[in-house]
Amino acid sequence: MSLTRRTAAELGAMIASGEVSAVEVTQAHLDRIAEVDDKVHAFLHVATESALAQARDVDARRAAGEELGPLAGVPVAHKDIFTTADMPTTCGSKILEGWQPPYDATVTARLRAAGLVILGKTNLDEFAMGSSTDNSAFGPSHNPWDLTRVPGGSSGGSSAAVAAFEAPLSTGTDTGGSIRQPAAVTGIVGMKPTYGGSSRYGLVAFASSLDTPGPFARNVLDAALLHEAFSGHDPLDSTSIDQPVPPVVEAARQADVSGMRIGVVKEFSGEGYQPGVLARFQEACDLLESLGAKVVEVSCPSFTYALPAYYLIAPSEASSNLARFDAMRYGLRVGDDGTRSAEEVMALTRAAGFGPEVKRRIMLGTYALSSGYYDAYYGQAQKVRTLITRDFEAAYEQVDVLISPTTPTTAFRIGERADDPMAMYLADLCTIPSNLTGNAAISVPCGLADEDDLPVGLQIMAPVLGDDRCYRVGAAVEAALQSRWGAPLLDKAPAL
Amino acid sequence: MTTPTLMPYDEALGRFEPVLGVETHVELGTASKMFCGCATTFGAAPNTQVCPVCLGLPGSLPVANAAAIEATIKIGLALNCSIAEWCRFARKNYFYPDMPKDFQISQYDEPLCFDGYLDVEVNGEVVRVGIERVHLEEDTGKSLHVGGATGRIHGADYSLVDYNRAGIPLVEIVTKPVEGTDRLAPEVARAYATELRELMRALGVSDVRMEEGSMRCDINVSLMPRGSSEWGTRTETKNVNSLRSIERAVRHEIERQAAILADGGTIIQETRHFHEDTGETTSGRSKEEAQDYRYFPEPDLVPIAPDRAWVEELRAGLPELPSVRRKRLRSEWGVSELDMQAMLNAGAVEPVEATIAAGATPADARKWWMGELARRANESGTPLAELAVTPAQVARVAALVAEGTLNDKLARQVLEGVLAGEGEPDEVVAARGLKIVGGDEELGAVIDQVIADNPDVADKIRSGKVAAAGALVGAVMKATRGQADAGRARELILEKLGAA
Repeated sequence: MSLTRRTAAELGAMIASGEVSAVEVTQAHLDRIAEVDDKVHAFLHVATESALAQARDVDARRAAGEELGPLAGVPVAHKDIFTTADMPTTCGSKILEGWQPPYDATVTARLRAAGLVILGKTNLDEFAMGSSTDNSAFGPSHNPWDLTRVPGGSSGGSSAAVAAFEAPLSTGTDTGGSIRQPAAVTGIVGMKPTYGGSSRYGLVAFASSLDTPGPFARNVLDAALLHEAFSGHDPLDSTSIDQPVPPVVEAARQADVSGMRIGVVKEFSGEGYQPGVLARFQEACDLLESLGAKVVEVSCPSFTYALPAYYLIAPSEASSNLARFDAMRYGLRVGDDGTRSAEEVMALTRAAGFGPEVKRRIMLGTYALSSGYYDAYYGQAQKVRTLITRDFEAAYEQVDVLISPTTPTTAFRIGERADDPMAMYLADLCTIPSNLTGNAAISVPCGLADEDDLPVGLQIMAPVLGDDRCYRVGAAVEAALQSRWGAPLLDKAPAL
Repeated sequence: MTTPTLMPYDEALGRFEPVLGVETHVELGTASKMFCGCATTFGAAPNTQVCPVCLGLPGSLPVANAAAIEATIKIGLALNCSIAEWCRFARKNYFYPDMPKDFQISQYDEPLCFDGYLDVEVNGEVVRVGIERVHLEEDTGKSLHVGGATGRIHGADYSLVDYNRAGIPLVEIVTKPVEGTDRLAPEVARAYATELRELMRALGVSDVRMEEGSMRCDINVSLMPRGSSEWGTRTETKNVNSLRSIERAVRHEIERQAAILADGGTIIQETRHFHEDTGETTSGRSKEEAQDYRYFPEPDLVPIAPDRAWVEELRAGLPELPSVRRKRLRSEWGVSELDMQAMLNAGAVEPVEATIAAGATPADARKWWMGELARRANESGTPLAELAVTPAQVARVAALVAEGTLNDKLARQVLEGVLAGEGEPDEVVAARGLKIVGGDEELGAVIDQVIADNPDVADKIRSGKVAAAGALVGAVMKATRGQADAGRARELILEKLGAA
């Protein structure tokens, strides 16, 4: 079997046993990137030299008898929203084109410390705002299942890279669904950890109270291994939780749902949901029953307000977070010809450097925070957040996890929703509640929709710091479905 | 710039009653910045005390400095404030090149301390100044606008920004409106700022140097016609960089606003800038063009919820507050309130106290610090406490005078020597040969010679014109090149001439 088809756990074990070197594994993935990325466009930057240097370092340390972690030498694709001291960080925006940060994000530093080999930086919707990568200033990424379709977003480069076997693992960030939705539409696993469970230090902020770094992988165990590698308390992030990482790897290995109570969110079905998505979701419910879980319907009435609340809170925070891109210290500078004031240069730079979706959200957020409107918009949205938290709390009194389709539809076509922001926003309908409350949630593949033969994702939501439950249920579903299918879902994807 | 019409102060006060408010920013003297670990040393080379956090680089996050929170709570307690059980930081959003994130982390409607007061004394009368709030925020960078006439950003050729100051913890102390100060408004404002500065020093939370900007006051003034109880529109005067300027700025605003109001005009709610050279204020940004700061709770920081037991611990550990201490020292030293006020204004209280502790009498300690040393400090523009002489050295000089080794004139020369770095007082005495001409015997010999040289004067004294002794004393001093005890010389002269 080609090295690029292997799981991260297998590659880690093969490198550890000396069966293959980290350099060979890295080279195989660099070759794969060279072979397919002009079609997929998952990467904004491929770090060939530094990746091979890192791999050589792992091999040297291994040879010297050093004890290394389970993912040492395994390649990872890194979302281009985490700072990297040795690679550009663009956030998919012209305004940061060419910017090389002087420091590593905590997630970046922990990837390096775990011996993971960073292959490069992956494409995204500008500043993580979008569900398609259509909003990247550097062109969209393509869904390996159908190159005319989106790989989801905002972490679409990361999902595409893993689904196209360019990397066994990748990082993402999830603000409203930006890990789970891309995972769902590319047929891979994507996890949004509990807010505060993974550090935001060095993650260029979109919406500070929602942004959460998380892993992508082609299977649940690999995702858990990566989750464990970069998560845990970080004193540089005040919102980081000072508690041990939940036992996610153990849970992924346990893969047993017997006796668990599972709630189906009633509000996430009906109009706007693709029949093929609902069919696969229903099968997943039946499967869980057959595996010994008790599946019940749960109502979370406030969830219907989650989307509007999110589109007040996230743009409000973004309008403030993105103020710093003012041409004064780094990044793009437009109109500085000696005749213009600092204010004019700021305005010209921001007009030229930000794309339409970013501008739309800055305007939305600026308006929502304005004097006289704050209470009606931002204030109300925060109240909705409290109501949603109460719905979750009530639900978790009855059940251990909640489930829903990850997204209402399968992957849409590139550009299809570019002019219809509302349609684009609906892609995150089911994922947003977990961001508003900080809950953990995962998306695992649950088959292909009959209409279009495209992947469908099952979302599993758990309480704060209940990340292990997501992995436990996800792994059980994955094992049962793979034994039914006889192979991983991605084996059905067309060759590139 | 046209000179504004002013109404004479007495007339203005006859027709209007002033309402005062003071907003004070105090840079805390913590070792590290508010939200990162960078050093806070004043005067370091530009942009050498910076990191991704205080530069606001993409991805960086703030972590609140616990020492700054503790200092703010101490300030709140010393100002008799309530301490919030739970409060948050907020973002104040506006674009400016010296603000790295284009928002300032501050506090909005949930200040850490609120609702207190500070009593200040003016002309022996106690005025209670209400404290609205005390909150914590981060300082901005410092802009230097090069070229152009005004030193402001408009019209400058280019601007330089030093981010060393960005992120230094800043405490903002806002008074409630102060009414009923009447004609003492300027003095009350100054006394408040003085008392606040003393308080910060006593708490050890800041070096409160107005000239370095570690304490900055904005002055709010409004007028209401006598007999009215409705406040007028207020102006906010910035750039007031000394205690004296505070007094001048308040007086000027009263005179300026009174002239406008008396003329049927209206006061524009605006920010004004004080000019040290002219003592005037000029218009800054008016509130019509004022920014909408779009405050919202800072999502990158967790709420502050000070433990009640800890707050009580801090309260119990507060040092003796300046007003209490001054009262105690006044009775210990036997000085009047006016004398104490003068010492306070001169920054002499601590040096005097230390000099007494080193053995000098209160009268001697006060005499040297408020006299010769204050003069020298004034001349060189150095704060009194920073003169190159220690309280122990001053005490030693006072002792040398008391034991008769030096007279006052010689003592001044010794202090001069100490200030010039010539060593300890005794070393200066030895090196410069500054000693009173010995005992009575040696002095007596000089006097005998002087009497012999001036028989006419001696006769006058013998015949009872005691006042004429001055001439002989002068001659003795001349003969000893000033190194004689003039008092003792006079006694001996009178004795020898039978006039004692």
